Amino acid sequence: MSSRERILSSVRTAITGATAPVVPRGYADRLELDAAGQIALLVERIRDYKADVRVISQADLARTIGNVLGERSASSVVVPADLDPQWLTTVTCEVLRDDPPLDARRLDQVSAVVTSSAVSVALTGTIVLDAGTAQGRRVISLIPDLHICVVPAQTIVGTVPEAVRRLDPVRPLTWISGPSATSDIELNRVEGVHGPRNLVVLIVN
Amino acid sequence: MSRPARHDRRRRGTEPVRLHPKPDQAFLGMPAFPDAARVALGDQQLRANLRHATHTIRAKRLNAVGEMPDWQDLRMAAAGIKDETLAHLDDYLVQFEQAATAAGATVHWAVDAEEACRIGVEIAQRHRARDVIKVKSMATQEIGLNEALEAHGIHAWETDLAELIVQLGGDTPSHFLVPAIHRNRDEIRDIFTERMGQVGRAAPDDLTSEPRRLAEAARLHLREKFLSTTVAFSGANFAIAETGTLVVVESEGNGRMCLTLPDVLVSVVGIEKLLPSFADLEVFLQVLPRSSTAERMNPYTTMWTGVSPGDGPQEVHVILIDNGRTRALADEVGRQALRCIRCSACLNVCPVYERVGGHAYGSVYPGPIGAILNPLLHGVTDEHDAQLPFASSLCGACYEACPVAIDIPSVLIDQRAAAVREKAHHRVPTAESVAMKAAAWTFGDAKRLARAQKTASLGRGVARHVGWLPGMLGGWTSSRDLPEVPRQSFRAWWSQREDTATVKALEE
Ligand code: SF4
Repeated sequence: MSSRERILSSVRTAITGATAPVVPRGYADRLELDAAGQIALLVERIRDYKADVRVISQADLARTIGNVLGERSASSVVVPADLDPQWLTTVTCEVLRDDPPLDARRLDQVSAVVTSSAVSVALTGTIVLDAGTAQGRRVISLIPDLHICVVPAQTIVGTVPEAVRRLDPVRPLTWISGPSATSDIELNRVEGVHGPRNLVVLIVN
Repeated sequence: MSRPARHDRRRRGTEPVRLHPKPDQAFLGMPAFPDAARVALGDQQLRANLRHATHTIRAKRLNAVGEMPDWQDLRMAAAGIKDETLAHLDDYLVQFEQAATAAGATVHWAVDAEEACRIGVEIAQRHRARDVIKVKSMATQEIGLNEALEAHGIHAWETDLAELIVQLGGDTPSHFLVPAIHRNRDEIRDIFTERMGQVGRAAPDDLTSEPRRLAEAARLHLREKFLSTTVAFSGANFAIAETGTLVVVESEGNGRMCLTLPDVLVSVVGIEKLLPSFADLEVFLQVLPRSSTAERMNPYTTMWTGVSPGDGPQEVHVILIDNGRTRALADEVGRQALRCIRCSACLNVCPVYERVGGHAYGSVYPGPIGAILNPLLHGVTDEHDAQLPFASSLCGACYEACPVAIDIPSVLIDQRAAAVREKAHHRVPTAESVAMKAAAWTFGDAKRLARAQKTASLGRGVARHVGWLPGMLGGWTSSRDLPEVPRQSFRAWWSQREDTATVKALEE
């Protein structure tokens, strides 16, 4: 008998007579908040993770991206192959488009990355990237130390259940809640071990 | 930022870093719980760290949970989803296999640790890997994967900060959320300074014990490994039957590195990690971070389904392991332990764990959940495991904290009975079985229990019996005061227990 058959047969023997409960689903799946309330909550929650959050208008997007890169003295920035060039009109540092795909060692020399995002959760301050439009491959938002992440206001939801229901599981998904952190040394939270140590979130209203 | 790989020269240092625990600290052949506990209780540093850590997390967790008005609903949904999965586990496993395979993954099945390791080693060998990187996974620890790889000349590098500390320090994790909880910052600095250079990029000469500096040293040391290693191993927090998706929940970003950068990804997944549908994550992504690190959400969660063309590893393997899980599943009382999502909340609230630490349990799975899970996976005939169900004061705090509502005290009682039965089978009554019976006599009858409660001040008579029980059995509580049993939770737990039959069965 193969291991597969052995395991399945042990499982079947073990669960003989087991009855499956009806799963109680009494938990909340949405918030009693309007769009402005959700944005305010998202800002508060992301700030709690010590990320930099700004709510801006579409018209201010390009200027803000240029400013942030300047403030943080970025010498180069990588962007997804399909990122709207209009977002980069004020950028003065070197811009690398991930097309053809950049090698990881090259990315390790790059100071920043700009991406968009798929869904954000106000209640938990979480941003989800699904490798869709203007988000690029997972690796580009991982290796550079500064991640500038754009959150279009219409992608904000209140709760985790709402976010899960909007996502396509077949795409590679990255859920981001603040910058990289660890509490492994005497439980002191330190921002930044491996992922980007600086997260700047631009909510575009 | 990156520097050329120079591990080879450095690895030939005079005193090689051990990639596995020192022989006297290995889980296998660990001293029995009472002996290990007595040693741990004498370790002031460990006790101070543990007290600080468990109290800190405990307080934070109460906040994180307290702000969710529907917490109990989420908890009941989580327990229900897991029970439903277990009741149809055969179907869900087959469904997962089909979906993951269709998405480009290769699914393997392993009956035990040895088979799982063999599969993992073969994959690494096929790619001629001399080094592999790993993201913390209890399943790979459980099967001893690092040791198996090492035996074939393949170095397995842990990439979590804490696991790195543990690995470079040559010992075993003591807590599954903060595995290096037994090390303070000065010890960590010494370990980094002494060891990093032997196995890769050395720690900076002026390294201090400031946590930020230590994290920075780890970042640079590991970055080199992330960029140069082509095979990675992981576990998974969840595996979705409907879609074949795997989920890894983490904090530091080393998980993202391991799951994204290498060409080949091998994930070792216990068969109990299944969830029926992607939508079920809406419950578990709420209960896990809040129970675990006491955060609204952990910094990073990665979900992948087979191979994504042009993005991440292009060869993806999943090794589904049994290794005792079907044995646990066959135990009608104990099978609820397979709901466990390894959040560690039960460790942090456990008065016994707080005092003795994780090493005393002699297992990958310490604390209250370890006390029930190890005997379930291995059987109470294992002498070490047979003692674990007694490593508890039955205060019920673990049950209240558990996000999947595992009734650990009830399972413990059931296992104590089984352990005593097993002993009785082999020899004349021992001190343990006599003590058990005395306690069972008190517990077994509501009237006697009420009398015990009346004679002492309310509740404390019972508490004394409870505290005394493991002491009599294991002989280790005499070296420390056992904490007072929280009256409220014990009584609440007691009144919830409908079935005292297992205890009654002990009365003659
Ligand atoms: S038993 Fe419950 S509380 Fe303990 S680690 Fe598992 S899920 Fe968490």
